[in-house]
Amino acid sequence: MELGSLQDPSKATFSFVDEDHTLANAVRFSLNQDPRVSFCGYSIPHPSDARVNIRVQTTGDPAREVLKDGCQNLMLMCQHVRSIFDKAVDDCRKNNHMEMETSIDD
Amino acid sequence: MSKQENTENKKFSIWDLPDVPMGQLPPHLQLQRTRVVCKADAPIHTDNIIYSGAYASMGIDNSVHLGSFRDNFKVEVIRLTKDDMEFDMIGIDAAIANSFRRILISELPTMAIEKVLIANNTSLIQDEVLSHRLGLIPISADPRLFEYLSANDTPNEKNTIVFKLHVRCKRGEPRRTVYSEELKWLPNGSEFIKESEKVDTKPSTYTSFTCSQDSLQNSSSKPIGPAEDKIILAKLGPGQEIELEAHAVKGIGKTHAKWSPVATAWYRMLPEVVLLEDVEDETAEELKKKCPVNVFDIEDIGNGKKRATVARPRACTLCRECIRGEEWDKRVALRRVKDHFIFTIESAGALPPEVLFPEAVKILEDKCERVITELS
Repeated sequence: MELGSLQDPSKATFSFVDEDHTLANAVRFSLNQDPRVSFCGYSIPHPSDARVNIRVQTTGDPAREVLKDGCQNLMLMCQHVRSIFDKAVDDCRKNNHMEMETSIDD
Repeated sequence: MSKQENTENKKFSIWDLPDVPMGQLPPHLQLQRTRVVCKADAPIHTDNIIYSGAYASMGIDNSVHLGSFRDNFKVEVIRLTKDDMEFDMIGIDAAIANSFRRILISELPTMAIEKVLIANNTSLIQDEVLSHRLGLIPISADPRLFEYLSANDTPNEKNTIVFKLHVRCKRGEPRRTVYSEELKWLPNGSEFIKESEKVDTKPSTYTSFTCSQDSLQNSSSKPIGPAEDKIILAKLGPGQEIELEAHAVKGIGKTHAKWSPVATAWYRMLPEVVLLEDVEDETAEELKKKCPVNVFDIEDIGNGKKRATVARPRACTLCRECIRGEEWDKRVALRRVKDHFIFTIESAGALPPEVLFPEAVKILEDKCERVITELS
């Protein structure tokens, strides 16, 4: 992972090695949700290169920090998804259990 | 009278007009933002508008804050069986749902047979073909208990599972089939002795286990072994024999599909079928007949009149049969809800599907964390 930036810290391209659409598209989504971001996009320069470039341009804040916040946000979203999913599975199990019990009673 | 009008005109403000959006998008834009509309020739508005300032000129914030995401995100489990589950994931963007799907298919580790040591194979099936077949057998073992075997590592109890297969078809017996259940797990590692030049040295095997793997297995979980018992591996004629050892290691689906923990994982957006006008009597009957998956029902509304209703929108495959022909697209609208995903996971057998999904989410979290640590 490396960082290519000019004197202006509000615009930067980040190059992630060993990553693909899986991370880049999710990060792009989460960055675009940030009002400080004026532009964000990603590209995979060559399909046989395991590399993805993410371009971040902000309204003034350093791109590096904004990208970090974007990742942080995505991580929190993931944690929430996991907790809700586990709860849903538990609920489903409980309901099935109750249904089974009632069917035995019948 | 005219004076009164004048005073009213003075007070008039453009913000009082009824079509000024008050924190809400006008309906046609809201439809574009939240629905894919399926027209007879092609779907439209298929893209997701993710830029936070997309509607800034209208004074509307398009960003999703973590708080509102937390309030709106929902999961409903529709079906949950041993190796198959379907659930609804509501209130999430396609970018993230797709990341979960991609991770499930190609980045979640499992164990699969990678090395096969063949001592004897007189069967019809060639060594390399048999090895390939063995590799594709889903192994029921929790990959979280194992480590990756890298190129310089010696195979040990932390990174390798060893199976033995020794089958023979005696002369005079009918032909027999070799099934995956005949693979026997060796918790103490390889039993094949390495040939060494020095005679005095202690005989070594192809693995260097320091302890048995028995402890990996608690009584509640499934025993380590093939996930399915009746996978045909080979067929033996009289007098033929196979003796081999198969070493399973941890890997991910990106390297080879045999490590993919799912048969498939996919999602579809929730179909939404809307009747734009009341469809009655003969047209209702015609509509019900048009649909091959029986989405519509007909209800009696009294006076011998009948009306079509949308009874089972989830069954809709968007075949667009119901909007084919003159006038029909004015009666029925086919849409998909952009943030409602019907997610299906078919596990291959290593882990149950309700464990696979949280593991996939965890992997995305790890990726984010790696980026954060790399940048700070």
